[in-house]
Amino acid sequence: MTEFALPKNSRVQKGKHFPAAADAKSVRTFKIYRWNPDNDENPRLDTYDIDTADCGPMVLHALIKIKNEIDPTLTFRRSCREGICGSCAMNIDGTNTLACTKEISDCHGKQVPIYPLPHMPVVKDLVPDLSQFYAQYASIRPWIRTQSSPPPDRERRQSKADRAKLDGLYECILCACCSTSCPSYWWNGDRYLGPAVLLQAYRWIIDSRDEDSGDRLDNLEDPFRLYRCHTIMNCTKTCPKGLNPAKAIAEIKKAMLARRSA
Amino acid sequence: MDAYKITTHQYDVVVVGAGGAGLRATMGMAAQGLATACISKVFPTRSHTVAAQGGISAALANMGPDDWRWHFYDTVKGSDWLGDQDAIEYMCREAIPAVVELEHFGLPFSRTEDGRIYQRPFGGMTTKYGEGPPAQRTCAAADRTGHAMLHTLYQQALKHDARFYVEYFALDLIFEEGVCKGVLAWNLADGTLHLFRAQSVVLATGGYGRTYFSCTSAHTCTGDGGGMVLRAGLPLQDMEFVQFHPTGVYGAGMLITEGVRGEGGYLTNANGERFMERYAPSVKDLAPRDMVSRCMTLEIREGRGVGPKKDHIHLHLEHLGAATINEQLPGIAETSRVFAGVDVTREPIPVIPTAHYNMGGIPTNIHGEVVTRKGDNPDAVIPGLMAIGEAACVSVHGANRLGSNSLLDIVVFGRAAAIRAGEVVTPGAKHSTLAADALEPALANFDRLRHANGNLATADIREQMQRAMQADATVFRTGESLRAGAAKVSQVHASFADVKVTDRSLIWNTDLVETLELQNLLGMALTTIYSAENRTESRGAHAREDFPKRDDVNWLKHTLAHVDADGKVRIDYRPVHLTTSGDVAVAPPKERKY
Repeated sequence: MTEFALPKNSRVQKGKHFPAAADAKSVRTFKIYRWNPDNDENPRLDTYDIDTADCGPMVLHALIKIKNEIDPTLTFRRSCREGICGSCAMNIDGTNTLACTKEISDCHGKQVPIYPLPHMPVVKDLVPDLSQFYAQYASIRPWIRTQSSPPPDRERRQSKADRAKLDGLYECILCACCSTSCPSYWWNGDRYLGPAVLLQAYRWIIDSRDEDSGDRLDNLEDPFRLYRCHTIMNCTKTCPKGLNPAKAIAEIKKAMLARRSA
Repeated sequence: MDAYKITTHQYDVVVVGAGGAGLRATMGMAAQGLATACISKVFPTRSHTVAAQGGISAALANMGPDDWRWHFYDTVKGSDWLGDQDAIEYMCREAIPAVVELEHFGLPFSRTEDGRIYQRPFGGMTTKYGEGPPAQRTCAAADRTGHAMLHTLYQQALKHDARFYVEYFALDLIFEEGVCKGVLAWNLADGTLHLFRAQSVVLATGGYGRTYFSCTSAHTCTGDGGGMVLRAGLPLQDMEFVQFHPTGVYGAGMLITEGVRGEGGYLTNANGERFMERYAPSVKDLAPRDMVSRCMTLEIREGRGVGPKKDHIHLHLEHLGAATINEQLPGIAETSRVFAGVDVTREPIPVIPTAHYNMGGIPTNIHGEVVTRKGDNPDAVIPGLMAIGEAACVSVHGANRLGSNSLLDIVVFGRAAAIRAGEVVTPGAKHSTLAADALEPALANFDRLRHANGNLATADIREQMQRAMQADATVFRTGESLRAGAAKVSQVHASFADVKVTDRSLIWNTDLVETLELQNLLGMALTTIYSAENRTESRGAHAREDFPKRDDVNWLKHTLAHVDADGKVRIDYRPVHLTTSGDVAVAPPKERKY
């Protein structure tokens, strides 16, 4: 039988509350998803009141402040803290984004909810298991594929116009915000490649130096791998780098049509 | 001590770190058919190479006359003659095929009108052995060159089917009788320990910017390779040379590429004066980083800083126009908007010299093999151990690195390490049996920190260290401040015995990860500040106010710093290589003027 309720062990419980110091000037409350793989307890939402007057402007600053000063067990990924490495992708205030570039003052709720990226297996707290996402990336064989050899001692030539076609694509940081915001990917993530990987696929299809776009399109010609995109557009709305994966997917679909009618 | 079950893996080579150097070595080794594993504490494209912006230098001459020998000369001069000239010759000559190869790998370089790789001017890059105008030598993918490079190299590693162990934290090197036999690592995902046996272990663990309170480096730049090397009883070289990048975002620390000045941007003080014209009349804002950082610091000290506290400098690019900014510097526009609240098409960026790069590191030869002084031999190779990239000190950067020479360093020496592995490693050779207690010191250290139950939080000890380094090992140094700083860092190091780890789990225990990283950072901080205190001259990024002149008679030599178990630093030296193959003339030391 179809189960409509969440399994008991995934119901999120009320967690601990860590109030701010009495002399705090400007308190903002963060409700953070916690789950520890070492015990049988259900996930919980811990509540942390943070004095933003004594904290950097970004959500990542608040997370680090909590880890440093309140609860060293809080677990999340982070590295570059400038929006280029893609480590700290999470669901903040209802939207997938990077904690390091999301300003606390831009969060709408009085209480700021922070969850791991949706619909991914959770390893611990805000750390999702991204191994399937990475395997899907590898599955499109995302490297340059050519038949003809490049000139031995010099670069291949590429016109500025052809190079410009890569803008809006090559900047992807593989943070997985878009894929994990996509309802189609939630339901069919095992078979649908999702917006991030399709954007990467298009990055090679459109590169004037690549000579294997036929094979790349063949690989995507599949009811699930490509066509589970139903232009919901969450991907484009959520991308923290301002890229447009939905457009890249549409371009792949157009290329499919073009070669069918050719 | 808890009994840990250890899984053993047998490889020909194991690379620790998956930044540009680690990935270039990994793909090169895998492509030769060596059984290659790459272990990394972050997924490869999260490594800090991703944040490099301005470009990679190579004398392609796409946008004006150039010659790799001029590049050689500029790099020697930039290094303030501390760089090893045989290594610099190798790097600058190999730069051309290395960049061409990256293009062949699919790196999305920006292009010139005729479709060649776009190149921009960068600090200290000149023509005609310093006599000609600035060279356009730095090959760029807009201002996201490191990102483009790292992703390209990861793609190539996938192509060559290298085996990755992602989110494995390297704990310690395993040595027997002076030979490196492998590396012990901790898998964060399930908490298991793994011994990676290899005929050669390659450390590509990056720099240690996080010893400072304010730095451009990622949180993960914690000198893990250097830490492991020190615990193995080996020295680190030239640690006193820490580069402060002139243009970190004021207050936040993010990097603003030197490429901004390469594209025509300039610095001003509170009077609106382009002060670099006064200090470096020929190259102005394109002087090398150590000089520009010193000039900015002097301007601020003399009361000409901008802002209400007169404590920073303005970087202008609004005159470049929106079209150039959008095409060549889009990432800078984004970073400035997000972290400084500045629209760069209308107003200047507030900037301040910020800890950025470590010229020092694990001493190696030009093949990437780790070396040390043994008796009379200053170049004795440590069998089974290599180091590349920012973790290493070849030394191609000497006392000061030129901008865009680091992306070059990582691909050239990543490739060199792969070539060397092909020569010295026998594919599939059987590994010797280790003694029963070979892992004991590594496991004991891990177990002790895992159960550490003292009184001081990791974050508190870390902040003490960072504040001491920030105050006393900075752009300008004096004997007095260095002695005080060294005492302070020693004290912080000693306090680490009283550290407390709260999280007791083995699965994704980032509290313990940060504690292990802090242990590594403390070794970096000690060697940096004691080496700085010891070097009584000014050279490159090491500017002593009490010894303002370079002293080639006494100090044209590399520092080697050992740390014993009690945190005592012992200093030794290696000579600088003032030799070349003959394809380019040795550049003898002379006054460094721009």
